[in-house]
Amino acid sequence: MANTASTAWTILRISMEERLVYRGDFMLGTLMRFLPIVTQIFLWAAVFSAMEAVMTGDVTVAGYRYHDMVAYYLLTMLSRAFSSMPGLASGITREIRSGTIKRFLVQPVDMLLFLFLYRTAHKLVYYGVALIPFALVFYLCRGFFVETPQGWVWAAYAASLLMAFLLGFFLEATIGMLGFWFLEVSSLLFIYMLLSFFFSGHMFPIDMLPQPWATAVKMIPLQYLAYFPAAVFLGKVQGAALVQGLAVQAVWTLVFFLSARWAWRCGTRRYSAFGG
Amino acid sequence: MTRFARPWAVFLTFARNSLIRDMTFRANFLIELASSLSWVFMNLGFYLLIFQYAPSIGAGTGWGKWEFFAFAGTGLIINSVTGMFFMTNGDEFGEMIRTGTLDFALLKPIDTQFLVSLQRVEWSSGGNLLVGIALVLVSASHLQAPIGPLQAALYGMFLICGVVILYSLLFSFAAVSVWLGRNTSLLDFWFYIVSFSRYPMEIYQGRLGSPIRWFFSFIIPVLVAVNVPARVLVRPLYPQATGDWLFALGAPVAAAASFAVCRWIFTRALRSYRSASS
Repeated sequence: MANTASTAWTILRISMEERLVYRGDFMLGTLMRFLPIVTQIFLWAAVFSAMEAVMTGDVTVAGYRYHDMVAYYLLTMLSRAFSSMPGLASGITREIRSGTIKRFLVQPVDMLLFLFLYRTAHKLVYYGVALIPFALVFYLCRGFFVETPQGWVWAAYAASLLMAFLLGFFLEATIGMLGFWFLEVSSLLFIYMLLSFFFSGHMFPIDMLPQPWATAVKMIPLQYLAYFPAAVFLGKVQGAALVQGLAVQAVWTLVFFLSARWAWRCGTRRYSAFGG
Repeated sequence: MTRFARPWAVFLTFARNSLIRDMTFRANFLIELASSLSWVFMNLGFYLLIFQYAPSIGAGTGWGKWEFFAFAGTGLIINSVTGMFFMTNGDEFGEMIRTGTLDFALLKPIDTQFLVSLQRVEWSSGGNLLVGIALVLVSASHLQAPIGPLQAALYGMFLICGVVILYSLLFSFAAVSVWLGRNTSLLDFWFYIVSFSRYPMEIYQGRLGSPIRWFFSFIIPVLVAVNVPARVLVRPLYPQATGDWLFALGAPVAAAASFAVCRWIFTRALRSYRSASS
């Protein structure tokens, strides 16, 4: 136990140091990622101004007023900062194809644990570095956050973000390990990325979808990667629905944790160690 | 064929080789085609959703549903042509600088910028191009004003200007990697800047919007690239302000200026190139 803990700590520390090497590029990259949001803010301003010209009273799109909409986009950026796992699935498939994954078969380190720590370290460094651009953008946009969560909602929001990280990790790890069966999954990954961009609520709040699409999209786990935490923050899900949402998110996280474990167990049995 | 290869023949060979290559890996080609098409359709779905709620993009701007789809189709045509002929090559050019394989391109008896710009044709972007053309045709048939031959000719010319602007921006960014060594985030940067041209320029209004509109019209003219051709299709419906005409005349000027700057950066970059590895 103590050994595992000390190994884990070492992996975590080394991964963090590795990540900090490219901090300049990193900070610039983070700030750049806000550029498309700028266009979205202007697009929605134009959409709402056109609606205000023909409607009276409180103008809303699927229950979102203009400032909610902008706040929503900023909050999904934050959700994605937790749930997105760039290169995780493709990295796993690459290791399977090139054969380097066999190091996890001989070394006394569990691959999922290793990747998890590696990813945690990257995320921690990311939050450290990205804190400045994020704080700057949120400060500049503070006017769009009219209502902020009260009391327990903060805790629920934090829990949903944490689970978004876990769900994103195990979901992508599972997809990556499909490489044991298909070897080349890059096209599958691209399709997953597309679907996730659309159905996680990253592109627009999924409440905007007409029925029965809205209900269907809320059944699949992708919404917990971006939409759900933002909706919790904005008070779109409250009371019993909030508790239920968190519970469903926890169940999905568990499902993908188990599926990742299972894929590793079955996959390594199939694995035929190509390459050198 | 004279001592120096004729550019057109060289380009045709590149195009043919790329097609042969694509047809060798046919399944991969089809997957690429399908995935880029699904990306386009997802975006169009999003626009349709917006028009479920709002009558137009911006009050009084005239960008109603079909006007906007004509705009989106125009943007799609320009982007897919750029993607078809230049995107992979721009990416590849950065790699050539990093790995030193640019040496081989420099040795060939043909203009280096021509060679590295057109080496590979991405045929799978053709799908998006066809969708873009179809979208423009369908939207144009829903617009009330008929489109005359003059407009069509102007539209074609402005489309070319748009492609030239995006190309120049792409290769200017790619050439900068001579000085930086790596260019991955630079190309991302190109992508993010081009994303400003996805919606009509009228949306950039107000204290922050006006400087953005000014910057992306005069300094980095990405707004000119798509807005000018789209307006030729759409605008006859609305009273033309003199500013609009100036803006349209600006397109060829912006294209020529962007290309000149790109050419200048490219030549400077080649002069600073010191080859790499072995």
